[in-house]
Amino acid sequence: MNEQRPITIIIAIILVGMVLLTKLFLIQVADDSFLKRAERNAIQRVVDHPYRGLVNDRNGNIMVYNNPIFDLMVIPKEFNIKDTVRFCEIFQISKEDLIEGYTAARKYSSVKPSPLIKQISTSEFAKIQDYLIDYPGLFVMTRAVRSYPQPSAANALGYIGEISATQLERDTVKYYRQGDYVGLSGIEGFYERDLRGVKGVKYKMVNVRGIDKGSFKGGEFDTASVAGKNLTSTIDIELQKYGEMLMEGKRGSVVAIEPKTGEILSMISAPSYDPNVLTGSKFSSNYLLLNRDESRPLFNRPIMAMYPPGSIFKIVQSLVGLQMGVLTPNTTYACNRSLVACHNHSSPVNLFGAIRNSCNPYYHQAYRAMINREVSSSTFKDTEIGLNAWREYVLKFGLGGPLGVDLFNEKGGSIPSSTLYDRVYGSGRWKYSTIYSLSIGQGEMLVTPLQMANLAAIFANKGYYYVPHLVKAIDGDPRRIPEKYRTKMDVGVESHHFDLVQDAMAEAIYGTAARAAIKDITIAGKTGTAQNPQGEDHSVFIAFAPKEDPKIAIAVYVENAGWGGRAAASTASLMIEKYLRGEITRPSLEEYVLAGKFM
Amino acid sequence: MRQDDLYINKIDWITIAIYAVLLLIGWFNIYAAVYDEQFPKSIFDLSINSGQQLVRIGVAVLIILLIMVADYRLFENLSWILYFLFLGFLIITPFIGKEVNGQTLSIGFGSLRIQPAEFAKFTTALALAKFMERPSFDLSQVKHQLQALAIIMLPVFFIMLQPDTGTAMVFSAFFIMFYREGMPQRYYVLGLTFIAISLLALGIENNLYLVVGVAAVIFLLIMIGKKKISRIISFAILGIVIIGYSYSLDYVVSKLPEHQQNRIMVLFNPDLDPLGAGWNVTQSKIAIGSGGFLGKGYLEGTQTKFDFVPEQHTDFIFCTLGEEFGWLGSLIVVTLFCALLVRLVMLAERQKNRFSRVYGYCVISILFFHFMINIAMTIGLFPVVGIPLPFFSYGGSSLWSFTILLFIFIKLDSHRIQLLGRMG
Repeated sequence: MNEQRPITIIIAIILVGMVLLTKLFLIQVADDSFLKRAERNAIQRVVDHPYRGLVNDRNGNIMVYNNPIFDLMVIPKEFNIKDTVRFCEIFQISKEDLIEGYTAARKYSSVKPSPLIKQISTSEFAKIQDYLIDYPGLFVMTRAVRSYPQPSAANALGYIGEISATQLERDTVKYYRQGDYVGLSGIEGFYERDLRGVKGVKYKMVNVRGIDKGSFKGGEFDTASVAGKNLTSTIDIELQKYGEMLMEGKRGSVVAIEPKTGEILSMISAPSYDPNVLTGSKFSSNYLLLNRDESRPLFNRPIMAMYPPGSIFKIVQSLVGLQMGVLTPNTTYACNRSLVACHNHSSPVNLFGAIRNSCNPYYHQAYRAMINREVSSSTFKDTEIGLNAWREYVLKFGLGGPLGVDLFNEKGGSIPSSTLYDRVYGSGRWKYSTIYSLSIGQGEMLVTPLQMANLAAIFANKGYYYVPHLVKAIDGDPRRIPEKYRTKMDVGVESHHFDLVQDAMAEAIYGTAARAAIKDITIAGKTGTAQNPQGEDHSVFIAFAPKEDPKIAIAVYVENAGWGGRAAASTASLMIEKYLRGEITRPSLEEYVLAGKFM
Repeated sequence: MRQDDLYINKIDWITIAIYAVLLLIGWFNIYAAVYDEQFPKSIFDLSINSGQQLVRIGVAVLIILLIMVADYRLFENLSWILYFLFLGFLIITPFIGKEVNGQTLSIGFGSLRIQPAEFAKFTTALALAKFMERPSFDLSQVKHQLQALAIIMLPVFFIMLQPDTGTAMVFSAFFIMFYREGMPQRYYVLGLTFIAISLLALGIENNLYLVVGVAAVIFLLIMIGKKKISRIISFAILGIVIIGYSYSLDYVVSKLPEHQQNRIMVLFNPDLDPLGAGWNVTQSKIAIGSGGFLGKGYLEGTQTKFDFVPEQHTDFIFCTLGEEFGWLGSLIVVTLFCALLVRLVMLAERQKNRFSRVYGYCVISILFFHFMINIAMTIGLFPVVGIPLPFFSYGGSSLWSFTILLFIFIKLDSHRIQLLGRMG
């Protein structure tokens, strides 16, 4: 019986070997979860943050750059100083702060780095750089903070901040991580994908205590970060600064556009703030302050504030009338003030006179002719058809909806359609007498300052525009900006109709806005007054110049400054001169605007 | 002179070759376990484990030479003296030894320290061989069984006092030798059943399932066989004993010190406490499991090198192998161990006297137990027991004691002709 036992023992040995090898096969070959867990254990993914792209103005002046700041880091286990007094002298730190910082670092980890002195400037860093080698366990970590050498164009440039939970959720490709900085508004927000660059990844090996043990596989899987693209803005920073100076202490907007390209030369929102306050560690507290400010400095008026266009809309009415064939240059109407109020001027007037004198009754009658074309026997139906047909013309002027500027949260204003009146009055229960305010740019009609500036550009271009935009080139290449900013938009009004309008606008300067006239530069402009039920009316003015070869189209809104001929026209005139001439020949006008006593 | 020729020619070089290969692989693994890519040191550097282990290997070679030139009758003659000498060492260890982590394992001076429990394995083997060599010895007699058991339990008792449960457990391996020497089969059937029920009782969360299972099996056994009252009663008693045992086992486990309790519980569910009691097993499995088929390459392992696996150069040395050489490496080493053990069975069977054969089976028993339990614990098949992997694990005492254990047998084997005719 015992003779079989050695065989049994051999079988047992082989059986145990097979059981072990089977189990080993199961965990080593058949199951790759252990490999993943091993990588999670020992391989740390370190993100290499790219350098965010810079922003220059149209003349190559730097507007946004990255300012390096330095954090002095300490590894408590390696750190050891013999002469504390000397250390404090060199590093400009009090003994108490040193002890406190070191204790906090020690508490966190004795082998991992913690910040000892935060946010050291470049000049301070230069002073301590040479001493660092004498102190083991100390090293410097560099971070970049957005910086604005000209504290201006805050709302156009926007700001960057920590990514929000909702943005993280929407990021389906999982590019962002908690704590990443992203452009939240302005150019920073809109061009985030260009500015951010591409993150790099380094795989580091760490031991069980999290201590760096060198790069994984000699950096085989590491990728280098790619710096963000630099943007060339359409803004002329000198003009922008000048406009901001003129608007100081006031509320309102100035938008200047290069008519032939749609490039925004200036986009001023007053009051504004210094963009440098929304950077780095001060972001949260300063953002709260700005957000609570009653003057709403974070509200980007040029694209978000909406006002009735007022008299300026009469030019659009003239052009639509001409294109529809309802009006001709010779169409005359009496200045019948029983229809709507007007100011003193000769009567009757032709179209030219109507624009120059901003005659309200003329447009009341002309608009009726555009709306009630007698296509239906019912006056109600006729008005509805007429309004919607007319609206189609007006929308082509870039009104009634956002233009599509390269900023978030652009408002579109409103050009009412029959639906609106149906909702308010009921279908078939409203007619021309309900909607006649639209004839003179009042009533249920709203536009933004940007749309107004775009109107000026359309008048200057005699019938076309480019969607206004703030960036003209990405990495120096103008073809890399979105297609829509390079597409000519036709407003559907023949260009010869604009001749009369331009002439009348040039005349009007001398009638309603004499202050705006500049010697040797022909300005075509139109004043407006946006009615404000809450208080004083807003002063509005649009213009382009020089009339012969327009280089700048501008819209100015000064809130609560009354009639358009004073505050807005003066500001626009100064902006035009500054841009075309580079200097101001009328210091008294400048003083008048700066003083801000328009009433 | 003729006599020397005779025995040199009879040395089993196959065993020695396998021993040497295992030792070499083990040494390379010890180097890999402590290798630091940022501050690489030579494998011979005496300031690191691999360098120190090389010195110990050198000492082992000296020991081998001493064994080989010694008189082959020496070990047999010294059996009892060595047994009681190391028993003495074991007794004094708790009093004069150095306490580390609550255990007093080693005695000696300065860096020259030995663990008597490691050496007690071969002295006990010699004593057993000597005791069982007597022609009158018969394992089928209960009296002789108890006497042989007493030789084993004496050192075990003092090892438990250190306490070193792992090494004490190794002595249970002698039952493999007893099996070969004619211990009645029923003990092994009973023992294996006992182990199976213990595992089921601990592994199955709800003992009710076990009760139902046992009742079903007993019922079947009763139904199949003859329906005699005495048979039915004895089966019923057996069932009650099994169920009572499994409940009392749960009770006993709940009364064990917490760390031992945890070691048992994580075997069945390592995710129970992956950062605490399950840490060793979890990390060890991650290290081995991440090796894949071919491994990460020599010195390329991350888990063992970066200290994720505790005791990686001693009891968990197999992790380094599994991680860096993958399943293929594991296959080679497991095959080598199995080959060594099978070869030793063959050698034991060709012995002409009982002393050599019993000693040979003692060697097989101890190596088999260490190999099986050590690897099984690193892959979560057995609770964590602090016993080394023969020839692999870092440390002098275990290397030397395994070497002595093995080479005494090789020496005896080479003299099997001279030892002829003393067969019991």
